[in-house]
Amino acid sequence: MVTSGKGGVGKTTTTANIGTALSFSGQKVVLVDTDIGLRNLDVVLGLENRIVYDLVDVIAGNCRYKQALIRDKRFGNLFLLPAAQTKDKTAVRPEEMQTLCEELKENFDYVIIDCPAGIERGFYNAIAGAERAIVVTTPEVSAVRDADRIIGLLETSGLRDSKLLINRFRPRMARQGDMMEIEDVIDILAIDLLGVIPDDEKIVISTNRGEPAVLDNSWGAGEAFRRIARRIQGEEVPLMDLEVKTGFFGRLRKIIGIN
Amino acid sequence: MKLWDSLKKMFSTPKRQSGTPADSSGNGGSSSGASSTSGNSRDQARDRLRLVLVHDRATISPVMMDKLKEELMQTLSRYMQVDEVLSITRLEQTEKEIRLVATFPILKINRNYAEHIS
Repeated sequence: MVTSGKGGVGKTTTTANIGTALSFSGQKVVLVDTDIGLRNLDVVLGLENRIVYDLVDVIAGNCRYKQALIRDKRFGNLFLLPAAQTKDKTAVRPEEMQTLCEELKENFDYVIIDCPAGIERGFYNAIAGAERAIVVTTPEVSAVRDADRIIGLLETSGLRDSKLLINRFRPRMARQGDMMEIEDVIDILAIDLLGVIPDDEKIVISTNRGEPAVLDNSWGAGEAFRRIARRIQGEEVPLMDLEVKTGFFGRLRKIIGIN
Repeated sequence: MKLWDSLKKMFSTPKRQSGTPADSSGNGGSSSGASSTSGNSRDQARDRLRLVLVHDRATISPVMMDKLKEELMQTLSRYMQVDEVLSITRLEQTEKEIRLVATFPILKINRNYAEHIS
């Protein structure tokens, strides 16, 4: 599951990109949007026009889960189970989610659950069927604080395999001492790092278009997500060299050794 | 050489202030505006976060608190009889620390407590 506590730190973008990258490397992936009432994964993936049935329909028995799945035609092995937009989070119970996830796990290599913000029912629905968690945060006080709360709740719920994803990191600001460093965040939260995503305008553009950033072969957020997907599959991949993004003066500084 | 010095000045990171300044106790209202002069904001963020998390993490769920109280009562009962109804266990937060406050009104102290110890 992909979770964060705080809203707007990039859970849905993370889910879409990791899912796409995994399917790109040949895995059969299903993305489940559990943000009932505020669904967004469909638009980030550009699949909003193809929804017929949703998660609540599946839970309520209005259809079989296979009827609700939307296959992403671009990749073949990527599927979306969209959230309902008209109901609220109480329309699904944790036990029902667990049963559904068990069924999905049998048929897919990866089941990625996009968790809603907050620590209410939606969070407990998402957690019910999950085996491990990706906690998304940004290097900001409010986001890290909420992430800490979530990590605590994950532990109490018995989900011990949680990894941290630091999103929207700005290397230049960090070097100037105006943003927390990656090690500050890891140190405070005391949890393993899965990866760091640089703040990248391309994410805005790719969301505008409904095409996940990992499709773009350039450096930046897309590359960072591709690396994360490889790590999830058990490969050891070094952290991306974020220095590249700092431009001419950053490189000059590095060369002449002022720090 | 002048150019070099100015370049150096331009790109060198401002010196970090170690520790939290004494005046940064409350909201960041006063400090946020003058971030460039009063230490770097990375350190402020980190220090404020550490402090806030000490407080956030210092909560015990009611279930755990009940369990703690029960175990304390069990231990106490080996030495004395306490009033279960009037006893209190809670966390108390001051500016400097968080403490566990437990109050157990004593009804009777066991006369033979020394034997219980051995």
